[in-house]
Amino acid sequence: MNYFQLFQVPAQFDLDLTELGTRYLELQRNFHPDNFAAASERDRLLAVQQAANINDAYHSLKQPLLRAEHLLALRGVKISHEQRSFTDTAFLMQQMELRELLADILHSTDPYALIDEAEQQIQQQKKLLLKQLASALDANQPEQDLLAADIIRKLKFFFKLQHELELIEQQLQD
Amino acid sequence: MALLQIAEPGQSAAPHQHKLAAGIDLGTTNSLVATVRSGEAKTLKNSAGDDMVPSVVRYTADAVQVGKVAQQAAVSDPYNTISSVKRLMGRGFAEIMAQDHKLPYQLVDQQGLVAIETAQGIKNPVEVSAEILATLADTASQTLGGELTGVVITVPAYFDDAQRQATKDAAKLAGLTVLRLLNEPTAAALAYGLDSGQEGVIAVYDLGGGTFDISILRLKRGVFEVLATGGDSALGGDDFDHVIVDWLQQQSGETELSHQSLRQYLQLARQIKEQLSSLDSFHFVLPTAKGELSLSLNREELDSLILPLVRRTIRACKQTLRDAGVDTDEVAQVVMVGGSTRVPLVRSLVAEFFQAEPLTSIDPDKVVAIGAAIQANVLVGNKSDADTLLLDVIPLSLGLETMGGLVEKIIPRNTIIPVARAQEFTTFKDGQTAMSLHVLQGERELVADCRSLAKFNLTNIPPMAAGGAHIRVTFQVDADGLLSVTAQEKSSGVSASIQVKPSYGLTDDQVATMIQSSMQYAKHDMQLRLLREQQVEASRVWEAVSAALAADAHLLGAAELLEIEQALSELKQLSQSDDTAAIKAAIDKTNHITDDFAARRMDNSIRLALQGHKVDEV
Repeated sequence: MNYFQLFQVPAQFDLDLTELGTRYLELQRNFHPDNFAAASERDRLLAVQQAANINDAYHSLKQPLLRAEHLLALRGVKISHEQRSFTDTAFLMQQMELRELLADILHSTDPYALIDEAEQQIQQQKKLLLKQLASALDANQPEQDLLAADIIRKLKFFFKLQHELELIEQQLQD
Repeated sequence: MALLQIAEPGQSAAPHQHKLAAGIDLGTTNSLVATVRSGEAKTLKNSAGDDMVPSVVRYTADAVQVGKVAQQAAVSDPYNTISSVKRLMGRGFAEIMAQDHKLPYQLVDQQGLVAIETAQGIKNPVEVSAEILATLADTASQTLGGELTGVVITVPAYFDDAQRQATKDAAKLAGLTVLRLLNEPTAAALAYGLDSGQEGVIAVYDLGGGTFDISILRLKRGVFEVLATGGDSALGGDDFDHVIVDWLQQQSGETELSHQSLRQYLQLARQIKEQLSSLDSFHFVLPTAKGELSLSLNREELDSLILPLVRRTIRACKQTLRDAGVDTDEVAQVVMVGGSTRVPLVRSLVAEFFQAEPLTSIDPDKVVAIGAAIQANVLVGNKSDADTLLLDVIPLSLGLETMGGLVEKIIPRNTIIPVARAQEFTTFKDGQTAMSLHVLQGERELVADCRSLAKFNLTNIPPMAAGGAHIRVTFQVDADGLLSVTAQEKSSGVSASIQVKPSYGLTDDQVATMIQSSMQYAKHDMQLRLLREQQVEASRVWEAVSAALAADAHLLGAAELLEIEQALSELKQLSQSDDTAAIKAAIDKTNHITDDFAARRMDNSIRLALQGHKVDEV
């Protein structure tokens, strides 16, 4: 299913999220199962499936990584999650350093300073990669698409690091 | 089919016929029923003049009592008088026994599920709840002067799949049509939101007798979007009572309480808690084996007894705000729900945490039932201009057991429902034709720490070489928060069949047997009820397809149209007969013939919905 088509928005990485949200609510107002409480059993089932599709589509377009993956899938490029190994040693070094930084936080005398430092580094890299991703996807050319797929893979590491950082912060607060 | 017409209830065949619908708050301590009359949602009083019915059921040798009468017998007849049955819904015998709660009746193990030994034999929580539901529905149909078309029943947002399913089973057993299971905080938000036209982020803090829920919602132009929900499905005002009982027991010096004195202590504890909601200190007499003791408790002492419990709720609020991605200062208002929010310590800690004065203008005991009544009125089709949209979430993650006793999450908590997520599996042996899936609910990594929902056995997988079969398993959660699982082998398109073994619930067959054996339905009644159900479904299908033809016959070829029209007239003719099986066959046939048409209309309508056309202009 083409999620961009479903919401009648342009199939591009740079999306107006407010407009997407408005379209989403417009569709749910029509297809939410609550509209079909008095319908026949088959129709109720169809409505649940339809509303689930709409929710799934919204979920996928709302988040930049999933949106990029969907865009690539529509262009016939599949992100092979684990199979490809990274050859970019600079990236791998950077990941290792960040991991070490995260591991140190809980034993540090000033954990919040380390959290700020990690946060800053992660955000900076994410921003840079998202920018690269946007221009690679905008090019809409096969080799740029492959590059985009690589960037997505890298971004996933940063999103994961960010999530772990949040968990560490929660652990500290509790 | 007829998706568009039914989306606009004003266009149904009998547009001005007012249908009877009710909202039911099936609470741990008290239950209420409410309905919308002359545009206003109100709770209904029973023949004794009460709208709050104690959720207590008493089984005597020859009768079943529900409510106040039953409650009054709690001390004299503890074994046969069941209260707080909601805490037992969808629960296993072992997990209830492992709790450190003292329940004053005899629990038995009913194939892993918890049940209660009574004067009328073994009763499970679904049967007990069905008695309460039937009593409330009776009040509603007597007050309204007719049979109810359907009901909305509220459940704690934090109820898991087994607890929701048990609630739905109870309604089925009580002979009720459930329009929707609605989360209690969402119902409360609906009651408040529509009342005040409030916009922005609100928190609903719902502390009932046995459950605690916290939900964060965003309200915007009729849309009630739940951002996150959290809580504890085994924490409530009952627990306050239990810590007071423990304190009473310390004072009395008694090491063990009989069932009867436990009941007595519980009632006294409740009284102390209620009195200290308005008084600073309370004097009372405690009966003990050595005679009566004159004692007193002040509010400060009570606060220190219950503080750990209230703190637990605040911790949950913190986590839920985090999940919602909302800061405390963004929360415009806190809606208080549930009788236990009358406890002053609860109010002050909640106000302190959210830095907002809690909202209590609608009676916290009634607000949930009122919200449920509003939604029931919309769902049954009485309000054609309904512009509310409730977007709720799944409270706990759903996952599958993987190698090594680990859980892999398929649908994370706080995902908007309905939701469907598919996962692919393959066979690991040559010619393998079956596999088993274990579905769990919860946030922890280990199977042992999550709640087992069900085991699904897939069979009839076409035999292939190992790794050759690709089985796509789809997990679907509907708007009630209930899970269903389907499976298909991708290369052959064969649907694998699924046998569900609920871990803490009844199978469909068990529910059917319970309905059949229930005293309320003699065999004849049962058959009549099945017939009625099919007749209603037949008329729904007929109306839907007729409306669809009126709107979109141009999507059909001449031959298709003829075939559908024939099926329709056959269906109409049969729907008045008393042949249940023939009606069902005619429904199935009509559905089958119109499947393709329904799909085409669905695609068409999605296109139209976003072309700037309103659906009713189509």
